[in-house]
Amino acid sequence: MKAPEKEILGTKMNHRHRPKITALVVDDNMVVRAIHHRLLQDLGIENQVAVNGKEAVDVHSSGQYFDLILMDMDMPVMNGIEATRKLRAMGIRSTIAGISSRSLEREKQEFMEAGLDDYHEKPLTADKIVSILHKISNHSG
Amino acid sequence: MEVGQMQRRLLEYTKSLFMEGVLDNQFLQLQQLQDESNPDFVAEVVSLFFADSERLLNDLTRALDQPTIDFKMVDSHVHQLKGSSSSIGAERIKNACVAFRNFCEEQNIEGCMSCLQQVKQEYCLVKNKLETLFRMEQQIVAAGGSIPMMELSF
Repeated sequence: MKAPEKEILGTKMNHRHRPKITALVVDDNMVVRAIHHRLLQDLGIENQVAVNGKEAVDVHSSGQYFDLILMDMDMPVMNGIEATRKLRAMGIRSTIAGISSRSLEREKQEFMEAGLDDYHEKPLTADKIVSILHKISNHSG
Repeated sequence: MEVGQMQRRLLEYTKSLFMEGVLDNQFLQLQQLQDESNPDFVAEVVSLFFADSERLLNDLTRALDQPTIDFKMVDSHVHQLKGSSSSIGAERIKNACVAFRNFCEEQNIEGCMSCLQQVKQEYCLVKNKLETLFRMEQQIVAAGGSIPMMELSF
């Protein structure tokens, strides 16, 4: 992301009346986790990682909350669809963006119906994250 | 060789990797995430990728060597490799994985074996090219220069 854009985003996101945005990266692939973690960090977003859907649910059960959840679809133990359904059932209202390498419309639909606010195909880029972030600002108004 | 020359050589080399389809725009995204506070980000992620890929390629070799092949497991390994190669911009490995997954779906053993060879070849190619790239970067830094940023202007 170019420097001037980063600055504007930084000002928008770190407005003194608005606390820093937090995020959770949920992906079973360690290369992808490292990249998404750094992408978010570069945008000034504090973030943690979870290696599958179950870990994502457990971290919420322990009382943590995140403004944004980047949820991978295919993961062992508990996949993204199941995890999203569980989180919504728990009353979690965070912005959940499904991030997947699946391209079939039917698969995307099933993921969206689980309770996503947004969906993006891998690989994730800074631009895609910015467009997801605009959805958070719209939510919290 | 003086620093300016080394930097030009590096840019030319990087450009050739894009031209050959070895790397794609995603790799540039990674380079943009490297800065003073994360000076080795690209090398670190690529290291992770090498380790992860080697593990997956071993698992794939083993899985395709079984008397009864578990195509679901083979597909799941290939899916992982596709995901990580796509995330670092290793376009040719990613494309080889797409073909591989199709053969998994058809439960085509010959096709899968052939794809495994293909993926291994593409992986070796990317590994060599990236190791060369990092060596060139190290030489520039050792000579007191900075690593030039590539513009996607071609």
